[in-house]
Amino acid sequence: MAKYGLRTVALVYLLFLLVLPVGLIGWRTFEHGAGPFFDALSSHSALHAFQVTFTVALWAVALNTVFGIGAAILLVRHSFPGKRLLGALIDLPLAVSPVVVGLALILVYGRFAPFGGWLENHGIQVIFSTPGMVLATVFVSLPLVVRAIVPVLEEMGDDQEQAAHTLGANRWQAFRRITVPGIRSALAYGIVLCLARALGEYGAVAVVSGRLVDQTQTLTLYVEERFQNFEQPAAYAAATALAVIAIVSLLLTKLLRPKDGDR
Amino acid sequence: MALSSTSTGSGLAPGPVRAVRRRKNPGTMLGLGTALIYLSLIVLIPLAAVVWKSTGQGPGFFWKAVTTPDAWASLQLTIGASVVVALVNLVMGTVIAWVLVRDRFPGKAVVDSLIDLPFALPTIVAGLVLLALYGSDSPLGVNLAYTRAGVLVALLFVTLPFVVRTVQPVLLELDRDMEQAAASLGAAPWTVFRRIILPNLLPAMVSGTALAFTRSIAEFGSTVLISGNLPFKTQVAAVQIFGQIENDNAVGAAAVSTVLLVVALAVLFALDLIQRWGARRG
Amino acid sequence: MGRSTRTIAAVAALGIGMSALAACGSSKSSSAGGGGTVQLALVAYSTPQAAYTKIIKAFQATPEGKNVTFTQSYGASGDQSRAVASGLKADIVAFSLAPDIDRLTKAGLVAADWNTDATKGFVTDSVVVIATRKGNPKGIKTWTDLTKPGVQVITPNPFTSGGARWNILAGYGAISAKGTNKTAGVAFLNSLLKNVPVQDNSGRASLQTFVGGKGDAILTYENESIFAQQKGQALDYTVPDSTILIENPVAVTKNSAHPVQAKAFLAFLHSATAQKIFVDNGYRPTATGIPGADKFPTPPGLFTINDLGGWTQVTKDFFDPQAGVITGIEKKLGVSTGKA
Repeated sequence: MAKYGLRTVALVYLLFLLVLPVGLIGWRTFEHGAGPFFDALSSHSALHAFQVTFTVALWAVALNTVFGIGAAILLVRHSFPGKRLLGALIDLPLAVSPVVVGLALILVYGRFAPFGGWLENHGIQVIFSTPGMVLATVFVSLPLVVRAIVPVLEEMGDDQEQAAHTLGANRWQAFRRITVPGIRSALAYGIVLCLARALGEYGAVAVVSGRLVDQTQTLTLYVEERFQNFEQPAAYAAATALAVIAIVSLLLTKLLRPKDGDR
Repeated sequence: MALSSTSTGSGLAPGPVRAVRRRKNPGTMLGLGTALIYLSLIVLIPLAAVVWKSTGQGPGFFWKAVTTPDAWASLQLTIGASVVVALVNLVMGTVIAWVLVRDRFPGKAVVDSLIDLPFALPTIVAGLVLLALYGSDSPLGVNLAYTRAGVLVALLFVTLPFVVRTVQPVLLELDRDMEQAAASLGAAPWTVFRRIILPNLLPAMVSGTALAFTRSIAEFGSTVLISGNLPFKTQVAAVQIFGQIENDNAVGAAAVSTVLLVVALAVLFALDLIQRWGARRG
Repeated sequence: MGRSTRTIAAVAALGIGMSALAACGSSKSSSAGGGGTVQLALVAYSTPQAAYTKIIKAFQATPEGKNVTFTQSYGASGDQSRAVASGLKADIVAFSLAPDIDRLTKAGLVAADWNTDATKGFVTDSVVVIATRKGNPKGIKTWTDLTKPGVQVITPNPFTSGGARWNILAGYGAISAKGTNKTAGVAFLNSLLKNVPVQDNSGRASLQTFVGGKGDAILTYENESIFAQQKGQALDYTVPDSTILIENPVAVTKNSAHPVQAKAFLAFLHSATAQKIFVDNGYRPTATGIPGADKFPTPPGLFTINDLGGWTQVTKDFFDPQAGVITGIEKKLGVSTGKA
């Protein structure tokens, strides 16, 4: 009985906190049929917003994936002074309000800050252009890949890697043949999470993008702009598109993930 | 096939492997250096600039900015609400993770995928939809709009994945032989849970809870709509910061941000100490 | 190894799919910077977006504007002003209130004499109005109607929305006889804010809250009410007998790369053509003799921010986070309702 009790508690909680709210967005978007949805998404501004969003998100995911694998291995397999601090610092971005992220980046990379000014003089504009948006997105999604891999890497132990070393495998081979297969589902999960977070980021990007219509406007900014101009169908359509992309990517990894949970 | 199986590693070594052999080599230093530069450029230097901005005019000024009536009220609300949210997550997150790993029912895979949705949904949309469901014309007849309960719901929504997703992988990797052995020796399910499962899960539970807490104190988008944003009542710190920026009071904004940063860092650091202490004990 | 290949392939496919999507979007957006054309950056607050889009088209049809293209950025007035102050490139800035331009003069980005032209730097006007549900079922017409028990009034949080300060000050100025009877004014604000159940971040957000069904009345601008009506939202509005005149400033930046064209555009904003477009979008023109301008009633007790002492004084007296009048009222209300 305890089993059913727990199941009921968990599912009811999820129903009210997650399923009903999210279902409501979908219903609101499609209550007038699918036509307005696709019309709204095929406007020039919407397509451009898609492009900007994906460019920024792909950069952020690529950077955070490389960093995430490296940092996770560093945290689990190596020892060095200040390791705890590093672990805490990696989680810190979660605790920073997006508004502050924007403010912080402008303080350093803005045109009137020393470092930002120096970059600007060398022809690199960071804030109010793509690099700044990538920075902001990397910032907010930084811990996700690391945090997805670390527990698995810890549970996995390094016996097999050690064994591979003993058998003459070099570091890269051991990494590729042992570590990567071991963490791959966690890694894929982390990447998808990072991607989803990057696509949905609003606050920090709003501050550093300058909201240039058809230039630095991301999908979330587009949602806000349309919504504020009483273009609710377009706003809901873009919001739903974001949610759908997120759900599809999540389901995709779920389907592709080996069923290592069922023993 | 040993190479491609995730579970083999822990199958050989019963229970979580805590005492991993440490390697020391030049690669560590290179990796550490790269990681630190990356972290510094993106996170540390900008945040240091914020801290510097708030304290550059002296500690008195900083203290004054933090203790303005509305800043203080919003900090109290934010931290108080985040503690509640973290505790609810600790219990519910673990329950959900448990159900997702140990229970079987149709549609489990879908439920499992849905857990991450709060990460993916733009927070402003989350707020909008929560308001539609729990607002003044709620189809459920529950009106939480513009109350502190509304703030809690919004925070619970955005922090849902943390505990679930930290506990779940550990629970998956957990060796069940010990449980079965204990059960066959006559231990009650609760005893098995308390003596065998809980000690293994605890680090992940605490870690997820701390992450949920830190996420919660920073939350902005989702709370804005449902909280009604009333100063001294439902205005969270992130919105207060936003207001300070609007006021051209960058120092005040930076000061409140600094308090949030310090609280978050302290929690994350304490969490690490507790985990290590627990690991040494276990 | 099959599984890992599959996962990697899936992630790669996802990536390729997205780059393809990204690429097909980009092909359309390369019209800037052709031979002989000049690109101006317009940074504006969000409300007049529709008007500016039309005005830019009209400008491009004139000889001065023939070879001029525009980048446009719209957002909350304060956000936009801060963005320009921290380096967002702008040739022309258009904000909802003068302090947002003052920020740029302080930063040395706008000449100090920006407000010395014939219209004192302002390109459009509006007034704070009381908007209600269609047909005004609760009969809310005056400032004191807003303080009756059981009436819910929507207005943004004056600490996060610079624009919301117009609303607060309109009511205060009207009741206090342009600031001469402070006690009555403050008492009014006390009872007004008691009736405000939600304080959104921005003017537009509070308008969304109102049309979404919350509240009996909303304090907003005349042009916003007209905009909402034009977008098919069911609301009516009343211009109170005494209210504040909202003046929206425009300026050319000092570091504009194309000052000649930027100034030509600024001049065009004051032309009859552009002013007519503003009128069509619900703004009061600053130029005289614009057709359609007579639809805007002039309330007998109209006053400006200068009647209340100017922005600097008002900000200090009312919105100081330590000792401001509004801070005190909000604190009292927050504490009492917090307990309930």
